[in-house]
Amino acid sequence: MHLSILFPAIINGLLMGAVYALIALGLTLVYGVLHIINFAHGAMLTAALFAAFFLHKLLGIDPYLAIFVLVPAFFALGYGVQRFVIGPAARGNDGNILLVTLGLAVVIENALLFAFRADTRTIDVSYGFAVVPFAGMFLSVPRLVGFAGAVVVALLLWLLLTYTDTGKAIRAVAKEKLGAQLSGINVAHIYAVTFGLGTACVAIAACLLIPTYYVNPHVGNAFVLIAFTTVVLGGMGSIPGALIGGLFVGVVESLCGLYLGESLGQIGIFLMFILVLLFRPSGLMGERA
Amino acid sequence: MSRGGFLPIAAVVAALACIPFVTNSNVVLNFLVTALLLTLAGQGWNVLGGYGGQYSFGHAAFFGTGAYATAILQVRYGFNAWPAFAIGIAAGAAVGAIIGVLTFRSGLRGSYFALVTLAFAEVLRIVASVAPITGAGVGTLIKLDLTARAMQFQSRAAFFWMILALVAISLVITRLIEQSRFGAWLVAVRENEDAARALGVDATRVKLGAMTISAAMAAAAGCFYAQYFLFLDAAIAYGPWISVEALLAPIIGGVGTVFGPLLGALMVKTLGEAAKSITGDVPGLDLVVYGLVLILVVGFAPRGVAGVIARCRAWLLPPAKIAREAAHG
Repeated sequence: MHLSILFPAIINGLLMGAVYALIALGLTLVYGVLHIINFAHGAMLTAALFAAFFLHKLLGIDPYLAIFVLVPAFFALGYGVQRFVIGPAARGNDGNILLVTLGLAVVIENALLFAFRADTRTIDVSYGFAVVPFAGMFLSVPRLVGFAGAVVVALLLWLLLTYTDTGKAIRAVAKEKLGAQLSGINVAHIYAVTFGLGTACVAIAACLLIPTYYVNPHVGNAFVLIAFTTVVLGGMGSIPGALIGGLFVGVVESLCGLYLGESLGQIGIFLMFILVLLFRPSGLMGERA
Repeated sequence: MSRGGFLPIAAVVAALACIPFVTNSNVVLNFLVTALLLTLAGQGWNVLGGYGGQYSFGHAAFFGTGAYATAILQVRYGFNAWPAFAIGIAAGAAVGAIIGVLTFRSGLRGSYFALVTLAFAEVLRIVASVAPITGAGVGTLIKLDLTARAMQFQSRAAFFWMILALVAISLVITRLIEQSRFGAWLVAVRENEDAARALGVDATRVKLGAMTISAAMAAAAGCFYAQYFLFLDAAIAYGPWISVEALLAPIIGGVGTVFGPLLGALMVKTLGEAAKSITGDVPGLDLVVYGLVLILVVGFAPRGVAGVIARCRAWLLPPAKIAREAAHG
């Protein structure tokens, strides 16, 4: 294989991988604190993509500006869902949380299917196909923006967790729930804030994706298993793990697509996912599961 | 619910078996066949998830394998339907055993187990949607041949009795498990795996056994699906719908009970039909209802309909008795 094909494939994989990382970031944050896998994560992404789509279509809001609308909206949505649906319905039982998030995923996905049918939609923005030359190839501008956005969000999230009181409370609850509660931290509130942050990550990812991607009621499924793979690969709950895992998964998908063809490119991801789960379930960078 | 012997099973099955004598409406029989199909798949999930506490999100892997094995053996290798059916069940059980060995050996539990079963089902779905042997995008069509030899029946009633017989077997197997030492180990693993291990239960082997039986039941449902509808594609056989419905039935009906999946499947299908009659051909609303019911049951009736019935009986019986005594007095 010539380097002239391989190198662009790797770069493209990294650009896509950054968005995977962003989606995985939300998932890993929730896992790290609540110790559950949010099966509704993909459906939330679908909902966010629809929201970004209609904000552009009906109100003419640019997807990148829609971030400032959707982030608060989806933070509130995530907060409410955890505080008023998942928390009360699950009553602290992990198996119940699994089932409730699965139920939420089914509800959201099919409500969207019911409302908007199975049609696939795309938006037209002037910069959708803009490219910049780089080292002898052309890079898509929206994808570069996506990459930069993912890195910025990861950095902001890290700053939030490290330096703010809320961030410290989140880390405290993740480490020692009972201890945190005894020192006066409202655990139910922190759970909901964490869930809201995870959902907000998905909203940003949707806004960064929509200029070059499409939306239909099932689009989240394609991302959710990739996000699971990323999270498991990087170690459940590890933020740098999610970033590196996302970039790695992007490159693997791009290379598998190059060598095996588009439809089998996904199989590469799933096989990697199963292998990692079987042989190193704590991930490449995670703590013991 | 009732921790009795086999009498309730015989009574329920006998009562159901009489239905074709009461009505020969194809709509009613078709509804009951699909509900019993779901009962069978749900009973499979119940053995592993209800009694063993291992929540699988990928029972489509077994359902689809059974369905495809039955169909492909007939269409491509000229097998008779009856042995193909048996091989289909065995193939599904084998897939269950393989996935079980891989996951339980690696010590995957809880969320991880749910995730890895989901991933296996997805891998199989993608492979089935591109592999030539499954007919890829076109799907597999079993040739119409309405003879008992080809396991295809002119009357719906025959199909109904056949799936009823399969459900009856699954009910008996579940009751046998419930009463056996193996069942006690399985429940011990569900309640506290570490404690069960400490007491000398070989948890990995117990879970593996449950997974194999569970997969065989789901595969039998898949085999029957292939014979009844005579058409398969990747989205049907390995689609997420069956993974969701298979866990929905026992959870709604009463998880870890013999009759839970049957009760739940009847409820699920009734709800689905009700939703469809409201919206017509627009897809989606039936599944929205399923999802909402799942959340509500987990949140408010963790023991399902069986639990609700038991509670209602506890509330209602004493006053009723008092009323009867008052009437006599």
